[in-house]
Formats: sequence, structure tokens, C-alpha cells
Amino acid sequence: MKEKLKDFIASFGLPRLIISGFLLALFILSPIVGADLPMQISNVINRFSWNAVLVLAMVPMVHSGCGLNFGLPLGIVAGLLGGTLSLEFGFTGPMSFLMAVIIATPFAMLFGGGYGWLLNRIKGGEMMIATYVGFSSVSFMCMMWLLLPYHKADMVWGLSGKGLRTTISLEGYYDKALSNFLQINIGKISIPVGALLLFAVLAFAMWAFLHTKTGTAMTAVGSNPTFAKAAGIQVDKIRMLSVMMSTWLGAVGILVYEQGFGFIQLYNAPFYMALPAVSAILIGGATVNKASIMNVILGTFLFQGIVTMTPTVMNNMIHMDMSEVIRMIASNGMILYALTRKTEVRR
Amino acid sequence: MSNISKPAGSRSVGKTVGSFLANNSVPIMFILICAVCIPLSGFSLDYLLNEIITRLGRNAFLILSLLIPIMAGMGLNFGMTLGAMAGEIALIFVSDWQIWGIPGVILAMIVSVPFSVLLGLFCGKIMNMAKGREMITSYIISFFINGVYQLIVLYMMGSVIPIAHSSIKLPRGYGIRNTVGLLNMRQCIDNLLAIRVGGVKIPALTLLIIVLMCLLIIWFRRTKLGQDMRAVGQDMQVARDAGIKVERTRIISIIISTVLAGFGMILYLQNIGNLSTYSAHSQVGMFCIAALLVGGASVDRASIGNVFLGVILFHLMFIVAPQAGAKITGDSMIGEYFRVFVSYGVITIALIMYEMKKRRQKANIGEQLALAQKEEVQHEQ
Repeated sequence: MKEKLKDFIASFGLPRLIISGFLLALFILSPIVGADLPMQISNVINRFSWNAVLVLAMVPMVHSGCGLNFGLPLGIVAGLLGGTLSLEFGFTGPMSFLMAVIIATPFAMLFGGGYGWLLNRIKGGEMMIATYVGFSSVSFMCMMWLLLPYHKADMVWGLSGKGLRTTISLEGYYDKALSNFLQINIGKISIPVGALLLFAVLAFAMWAFLHTKTGTAMTAVGSNPTFAKAAGIQVDKIRMLSVMMSTWLGAVGILVYEQGFGFIQLYNAPFYMALPAVSAILIGGATVNKASIMNVILGTFLFQGIVTMTPTVMNNMIHMDMSEVIRMIASNGMILYALTRKTEVRR
Repeated sequence: MSNISKPAGSRSVGKTVGSFLANNSVPIMFILICAVCIPLSGFSLDYLLNEIITRLGRNAFLILSLLIPIMAGMGLNFGMTLGAMAGEIALIFVSDWQIWGIPGVILAMIVSVPFSVLLGLFCGKIMNMAKGREMITSYIISFFINGVYQLIVLYMMGSVIPIAHSSIKLPRGYGIRNTVGLLNMRQCIDNLLAIRVGGVKIPALTLLIIVLMCLLIIWFRRTKLGQDMRAVGQDMQVARDAGIKVERTRIISIIISTVLAGFGMILYLQNIGNLSTYSAHSQVGMFCIAALLVGGASVDRASIGNVFLGVILFHLMFIVAPQAGAKITGDSMIGEYFRVFVSYGVITIALIMYEMKKRRQKANIGEQLALAQKEEVQHEQ
């Protein structure tokens, strides 16, 4: 029995166990300390629907052996370009969301292509370089947001009439475009079916893709590149494809996030957006070179659960909001734990 | 013969010039950027000299702390932020004890050592568990410890750890204020023995400390431990076969780096004159690493010369970019964003060049191995 327990802990991972236990404790504590539990559950589900696609963006690159996509901000930048351009071209309502995705796609393909080309040249050092590719692109776009000729009055600074604002309200555009679609309200719990549905479609497509011939080749490249090469798979091409997929999902992910959040955040906002997504998928049970759709769902739920529940429960319990600190320690601790596992294939 | 050797000679000169340009492309690019931006910014030479010397005194020590892990083959130590946090904790204590001036600075340095050693030990141990991806690991460690630092400084100081003076505490009774004034410590080392040449103030003592540190590093390279570190940096397996305790050596190199970063941060903050409790350390690693790389260092090779050239060029760019950007585009924010972009861009390019070089070397070794095998086969035939 003791052996079995040990095996379970070893396979599940101690940090994951602690985080799941912590979330469970939060759920149990929340009605006791007087927090509104249905409201909390509703919040967790909503935040899950905002973030799940961003976490899903990790999957292709992990599968092809490119490691965790710390370069997610590159995809986010593509998404931001799509979003702002869709507004600039005068689209409104849910249509603007669709157009944002369509406009973001070529950008994501272009950026992802270049990024994949680069990562093929530096195999083995992907994660560090991905981090800095993300940073460079975000800081480059900081200049571009000021310089690009945007003119729409509710996006640019009022005084000078040029340069985009740091936050742009999406009211009247694609604010809650997905969340309000088929929304179900049960008592206090509201379920954003539209957003969940989009995630389900994308997740299913990803699952289906990973079972096609190309998808299997991708997994082969990730688990053993030498073998894959010997089997006649074009390793570089497959890796490039995975990076492009990741980047595109990052672009769609940020648009889904924005429609839930209600604002476009520009300039420095995308800098650290990769870290929550990375730690979410790791909390869900993924490793540096293995990730499944289940990991995405479980991880997003656990991570967003902790992010949403801690502030309220903590505040009600000890009148002290330590959520930010706990989030930092838990999420970065999770990434550290994953990095120190000896799972990566030797190249 | 002579008419044949001549073109060959000039070709080799061309080759050396070419390789010189290739090896120093980053510093040369920065010299060009500065050459364009300085006249545009319209700053006087006196002002620029003054700023450069101030920033040299402020930053050089911090950047020196990066050299030893590079020597040990552990790449750019993004975990130097840990040392910076240790230095800040020490400064908070010292300013709570109301010990000012030079004794305060020295005491802060002494107090920072145990924190730095502990954090360095932690960082080194984790990095040993993640060999081959030290940089990303040290980078995430800095985020992780930043969380722990906030837990201690924001919640435990004043409630668990005694803090006597309410002037540095938040109004709620625990936690440290967003800024801790170090007015009584401000530039005490810089001003002692300061020399004025024309309008330029030279903080002689600070520069002397930096020079001493450089000599110490040069001496350290020649000691047994320093040689061991180089061996570990060259090839871990060979070093292990030679009887060097690889893991221990790596941990020591990180501990030294962290302790030096702590000292560097204290020197940095005594020059600034106040401590932004929650943000002072967040960018320090990035700027120091960018400066070192601008000076022509790479991930596996850095010298003291790189440190000084880097500080001067990087900070020259830093000073002139906002003004020059404002002149060109009419918006001062452009220059601000530009210099951040350049910092990140330089690090990105350096990392890419390093990885490509590593792959090329690996490919070369593979080719040589294949060639040797072929020859062997031919011999047998």
C-alpha cells in the first residue's frame, strides 16, 4: 500500500499534488469563510474560457520537441495586430472578432514561419532564445504601436490623434463576443458556452491532428529526432509547422482572452503572458517534451482556480491579499520543477 | 615568389579585418548607433562624460559579477538578481538600524553575504539539476525568488521579522514601503576622495574598488579553483575524469557571482540614493547582461575589457536614445522603447550566435569522427 502511494506520488509529481490539494482546500474553505461559492465557481469557469486557448498553444511545440513555448508573446503580437486592425477597418460586434482572427492569421503564419526557421538553426537552446524572441518582438511592437498609422478615434490618444492607447475598450466591438453566445445561467453560475465551445473545437482539432500522419510524425520528431530522420520524416519542416501552429493558437488565444476581459492591452502587457500559460500546462501534468489535451484542460482549471480563488478566500480569512505572491511562487516553482526533471531527449 | 606572396598577404590582412569585424560586430554596431545619436541628442560633451563616469561607477561592479559563471561554462547568470535581492534585504536592515554613511554601506555588505551565499547555494544546486539549460533555469529562478522576496519583505518584515522604525514600514504596520530612502548613505563612497576635473566629477574611491575587484578576478583565474572552473567550462566530462568535483565547482562559481552581485547592488543603490523595494532588482539582470554583451562578450567568453567597453557604449546609448528619438520622430517615448528593444535584441542575437556556434562545433566533431572512421576502414582494407 505504501509502495503504491509512493508510486502514485512519483507519477503525479509532488508539486502537482500540493497545488491540487491547495485548490481543494480553497474550495472547501470558501463557504466556511463566507465567500460566495457559486460566484467563485462562475469566475473560475469564465477565466478558464479566457485562458484555455493560450495554454493549448503550448501543445504543438512541446510535441515536436521545441520545448515550452516561452516565445508565446510573438503569437500574442500577431493577435494584437489582428484585433487592432479589425477595429481600425471599422468592423463592429461579433463580426470584428471573426475579422480579427482572419487578419491575425497571415501575421501569425509569417511570424511563426520566421520564428520556426530560427528555432531550426538553434536546436537544443530553444527555450532561452524563445524567451528573448518574445521579449524583442514585444519591445519592437511598443515602438510600432506608436508609429503605425492608426486613426480610429477610440483607439488612439485623444490629444495627439496618433499612437495607440495602452488599453483599448472593446465595448461595441468584440467584448464578450463568444461568452454571450449561447450563455447559460444556472442560479448565480453563468457558463460562457460560446467561448468553451471554441476551445472544445480547437482542442478536438488538435487531438485529431495529432492522430493524423503528420501529427504522429510530429510526436516522433519530439520523442526521437534521430529516429524520425531515419524514418524519412523531414524534421525541420515538421518543427516549423509546429511553431506556426503554436504561434497561430497564441494569436487566437489572446483574442479569446480579450473578448472575455473586455480590453485590448498593448505595449508592455504581453511581456510576461507566456509564463502563466507555461506553468498552467505544467501544473496539468505536462513535461518539457510531453503534453496532452487533458493536461491543458486540467492545468488551466487548476491554475485559474488558484488565481481566482486565492484573493477572495485569503481576504475573507486573514484580511490580507497574498494571492499575487502565492501565484508567483507556485507558478514559477512549477516551471522550475519541470526544468529540473531529466526528461528531455539528449540531442 | 615575392609577387605571389604579396596578394596572399593582403588577402590574409583582409581576412583578419573581416574576422575582426565579425567578432566585434555588436560593439561596432553600438559605436555607429552612438555616433548617429550623440549629435542628434544635442548633449554637451561635459554632460555626457559626467553621466558615463557616474554610470561606470554605478554599474561596473554588478557586471563584473557575471564573469565567473561564464568562466565556469554556466552561461549568462540571470540569477544575479538573487544577489541584488540579498543586497536590498541587507540595506533594509541597515537602514532600520539607522547606521549611515560608509559604516552603513560596509555593514550592509557584510549582512548581505549570508543571504547571498544561501541563495547562491540554492541556485547552484538547481542549476546542477538542469545541466544544459542553465540560462532558462536561472532566469526562472530569479522570478521564483522574486516571489519569495516579496513574501518576506511585503508580509513578514514587521510582523515576523522585527522592523523598529515605522518610517520604512507601510502604514498598515507590516511590510516595507515602496521606496526606502537612503539619503544619509547617498553617494558616500562616491564623494569620498572624489576628484573634479573641469566639470566632470570622478568618484575615485568607487573606481578604485572596481579596479581592485578586477585585479581580484585576474588573480582568481590563476588559482587552483579558477583553473578548475575553466576546465569545467571547457568540458565537464574531461574535468570529472581529471578528478575535479564538477558539481561543487559549479555551485561555488554561482555563490561567488551572487555575493558579488549583492555587493554590486549595494554600491549601485548608494549611488542612486533610494531603494525601490519591489522593482529595483527586476531589470538589473537584463541591463547588466545586455551591457556585457554590448561590450563584445559572448555566452561562453567574457573579459574585463568587455565589461568596461560594454558599460560605456550601452549607457551612452541609454542616455542619448530618448533625446535622439524625440528629435527624429517627435515623440520621446520612441527613444525609451527603442533602448529597451535594443537591450533585448542584443541579448537575443548573442544567444542565437552562441547556439549556432555550439551546433557548428558539434557538427565539426561529428565530421572529424566520420573522417577518422573512414580512414580506419581504408587502413584495414
